[in-house]
Amino acid sequence: MIEKTDVVVIGAGPVGLFSVFELGLLNIKCHVIDNLDKLGGQCAELYPDKPIYDIPSRVKITGQELTDDLLKQIKPFKPVFHLDQKVDQIKKFENNNWLITTSLEKKIEAKCIVIAAGAGSFVPRRPPLEGIEKFENINVFYSVKDKSVFKNKSLLIAGGGDSALDWANELSKDAHVQLIHRRKEFRASPDSVNKMLALEKKNILSFITGQLKSISAGKSKPINIEYSENQNIKKIEVDYLLPFYGLKMELGPIAEWGLNLNKNLIKVDTEKFETSVPSIFAIGDINTYPGKLKLILSGFHESALMAQACFKYCFPDKKNVFRYTTSSKDLQRKLGV
Amino acid sequence: MGKIFVKDRDGNINELSGDFGLTLMEILRDAGMDIEAACGGCCACATCHVYVDNEWISKLSNLDDDEESMLDQAFNVEQNSRLGCQIEFTEDLDGIKVEIAPE
Repeated sequence: MIEKTDVVVIGAGPVGLFSVFELGLLNIKCHVIDNLDKLGGQCAELYPDKPIYDIPSRVKITGQELTDDLLKQIKPFKPVFHLDQKVDQIKKFENNNWLITTSLEKKIEAKCIVIAAGAGSFVPRRPPLEGIEKFENINVFYSVKDKSVFKNKSLLIAGGGDSALDWANELSKDAHVQLIHRRKEFRASPDSVNKMLALEKKNILSFITGQLKSISAGKSKPINIEYSENQNIKKIEVDYLLPFYGLKMELGPIAEWGLNLNKNLIKVDTEKFETSVPSIFAIGDINTYPGKLKLILSGFHESALMAQACFKYCFPDKKNVFRYTTSSKDLQRKLGV
Repeated sequence: MGKIFVKDRDGNINELSGDFGLTLMEILRDAGMDIEAACGGCCACATCHVYVDNEWISKLSNLDDDEESMLDQAFNVEQNSRLGCQIEFTEDLDGIKVEIAPE
């Protein structure tokens, strides 16, 4: 089934969210796609609790507060969110509309695409071990989809955050778990840390202070892992390695769409913030133009101008009258105020 | 202005000049060194990981919890590992030697 909308926004960070507002004022409906399982992009994933001081009129606001407030602001426009998936493919129909296909096989038809993808989509950080790709999705997993796979197997879980500790605690019920981290201090929640230490005390799981150094095929078990522990190199053989080193950002499939790029940034004009491909726009940190500043407020400005240009694609026969939310009854009706 | 000597991932030593008060990450990034600094310097990504030459490490302020936690997401962490965004370039550090950690 193909869902239809006016605009697909790629990226649910602050700029992607605000673009829903600017587009909504012009009666343009949006679907928003993000690879994270939550809204807010970097603001929610990297610095939810860190204060931002340069949002106009907000003396101090955290990444999470900014996200929450933007969601309130765009609520009247009823955006449709598709989370936990990235846009894999775009294709142009003969009528000039786009078909957008996500990694979860969701298909959406839209008149315009707005790329507000920041520094790219968040993907798991892979340990820089030579040849690790040969083992990925066979013996190395960056997420757990079906924990029954690990029953009665030996696992090496790497990392010191919530994912590493929560999975170490959970999987140790049915599997032989060893947790490896570079120090015996963890950034995971104190609750998970205490649970893990208790399991270690009961010899239900074991803890190694060390760092991963290499991966190769094992003799008694599928994979052989070398790690350093206090300058010494040691080896263990296990069935599975589960690295949890957080997320990093990469441009991903966007690089393949034929847009003019400059060092992983998308070139746009500064009138419409349109890319080299008509009806595809790029706003926020992912675009570049002379004088570009990677600030959230620049992305907000870019959203407003982009929306004016989108209007022409969405309603080619209508005239767009510029109005203010303060005085326009029509805009106020849309906002439900 | 002071000097920073940066060993890049190819093993070349680069002599950079930087204004005091900036962070090492900012000076390296603006000089075009291959340092990702994905989060822009708010200690949230560990992609500005550097090794500080041992003779300079004692001149730096100690690692705080935030920086230590972010290093948990880096690889090949050593005793002299730091995040470039958390080191303010001051006159005391004029001539500091650092190496960009492998990716």
